[in-house]
Amino acid sequence: MSETPILKVRDLKMHFPVKEGIFLRTNKYNRAVDGVSLSIQPGETLGLVGESGCGKSTLGRCITRLHQPTSGSILFEGQDITHLKGKALLPYRQHIQMIFQDPMESLNARHTVADIIEEPFVVQNIGDRVSRKKQVKKLLEIVGLPARSASRYPFEFSGGQRQRIGIARSIALKPKLIICDEPVSALDVSIQSQILNLLIELQKEFNLSYLFIAHDLAVVKHISDRIAIMYLGKVAESSAGEIVYHNPRHPYTQSLISAIPIPDPHQVTERLVISGDVPSPIDPPSGCRFHPRCPQVMDRCKHELPQLRSIDDGHLVSCHQGD
Amino acid sequence: MPLLEIIDLITEFDTDEGRVRAVDQISFSADAGVTLGIVGESGCGKSVTALSIMRLLPQPLGQIAGGSILFQGQDLTRLPLKEMEKLRGNDVSMIFQEPMTALNPVHTIGKQLAEVLLLHNDYGLEKALKESIDILDRVGIPSPDLRMGEYPHQLSGGMRQRVVIAIALACKPALLIADEPTTALDVTIQAQILELIKDLQADMDMSVILITHDLGVIAETCDEVVVMYAGKVAEKGSVYDVFDRPSHPYTRGLLTSIPRLDTEPKSKLSIIEGMVPGLLDLPPGCRFENRCSFAEDPCTLSAPPINTVQGQHDVSCFRWQDI
Repeated sequence: MSETPILKVRDLKMHFPVKEGIFLRTNKYNRAVDGVSLSIQPGETLGLVGESGCGKSTLGRCITRLHQPTSGSILFEGQDITHLKGKALLPYRQHIQMIFQDPMESLNARHTVADIIEEPFVVQNIGDRVSRKKQVKKLLEIVGLPARSASRYPFEFSGGQRQRIGIARSIALKPKLIICDEPVSALDVSIQSQILNLLIELQKEFNLSYLFIAHDLAVVKHISDRIAIMYLGKVAESSAGEIVYHNPRHPYTQSLISAIPIPDPHQVTERLVISGDVPSPIDPPSGCRFHPRCPQVMDRCKHELPQLRSIDDGHLVSCHQGD
Repeated sequence: MPLLEIIDLITEFDTDEGRVRAVDQISFSADAGVTLGIVGESGCGKSVTALSIMRLLPQPLGQIAGGSILFQGQDLTRLPLKEMEKLRGNDVSMIFQEPMTALNPVHTIGKQLAEVLLLHNDYGLEKALKESIDILDRVGIPSPDLRMGEYPHQLSGGMRQRVVIAIALACKPALLIADEPTTALDVTIQAQILELIKDLQADMDMSVILITHDLGVIAETCDEVVVMYAGKVAEKGSVYDVFDRPSHPYTRGLLTSIPRLDTEPKSKLSIIEGMVPGLLDLPPGCRFENRCSFAEDPCTLSAPPINTVQGQHDVSCFRWQDI
């Protein structure tokens, strides 16, 4: 851990105002991300897991600065980029790229594949027409698409191929960090593994770092070095992938893992089914945010917010149990 | 006699490019009290099969072009529409993937639930309302009497799916068809809903046809499984037979390509190359031939026959003995 992390996020908060009433006054805030700290080393994949509404996508969007965070800081290779604006942000945009969930919506339907992949070069003003065309060809080859795809439109491709186009665009500028926001969730099982293999290969070849956001735990465990579990805008637990799965310490992580259906009819798992739904981030519960659903709830959990504490080398848990 | 028996069902759709066969001569049966899973990728015909059983194909584009669907000995394909309406919701019910679109946003939960009871039973309004509350309670909705007066948008995704299940089961059908009932839900909520369906099934002694793309869900909830590929049945049998001895290269590919909790992180996943052929230009031989590593000459020439592996375990492949 002596290397400078490629990304360091400190106590990041993103509160969206909720406008109500006829005067659209803001009395409440949606605390989508509420004090998250994490770091990613060069060449590392951090998996970010959580249920819908836990703030994982918002966090990803804050890091790419598609949202202006409310407070906290984002350090990219030691440089604070939290408050950079306009032109000053441009060089970082080159290094931090994003892959989206729905490849149909994230690709412009009226542009050819060549236009789409070329656009990052145009925005950053890199190279001339001829060299860009050459780059496009090379990128298509890297992601496993035929060169003739360049003149076609996104609708002519299947979901998996479209995701390959999105990946080609995201690696065009040789970024250091890619935020992958549910990149395989919309794909069929047999296509999912093709894309996962591609992402792993690219990482090895270009020493990429990934922040891999997903809700499918088996997929996340496969691709990640470390995993952070989010619940209602906060990190509940984080550690190396193996440890999170074999020795989960937060009751939420435990129930998440036991909820994964295992594709083996012989394996009868004792389910730890937790009741209730995820509460609204507009009005989160007092104390520990998980306490209304927690099977091991104690009195203390109801009013005291647990801090993320280290219980083992690199294993952080935010829970009063065993404190 | 099985509760449901489908024999050589063919379902076709008229499209701008011509008539396509979404389901091509499929046969399977489900006994009373059994959970049967249909698994396959998008476009394989699993939902169309369900809509054919319910006779809910989009009109006038879709029609059953051949075969028969025997439900309690009665051929549903020949049943007059009036009779079919009586059957739907009473003897056969269906729940859909997206609970928000399955519910009417402008009517209260109570009204939508009581409507089914009034339609199929000789109930007065008061009795229907009283029974509605009981059913909501049965599907695990807290304070059901208050929820009766609420609208779908006031409920969370998991609660909405519970309401949809309540409506589907109000008249205690003999068969429930669940089309991806948990795909839109989070893992912890998915576990709750699957658990609920299992409980209710045991209580009411009904059969369930569960359509999903998730092999984990199949392994955990189903007794029997039908694997579909491009409108055909690739393999069928008990979950133990199919998961222990997958005999179709497609089933095998699916089972080995999903990342599991115990696969080595970042290892290369085995993949199924290529993609599903379009329904408009299906190959003359086996439909999986272009992606199959076992394919030989006969596979390209004619469709493979249905071979019996053992007992009720059938596979549609020329080379199943070598797999």
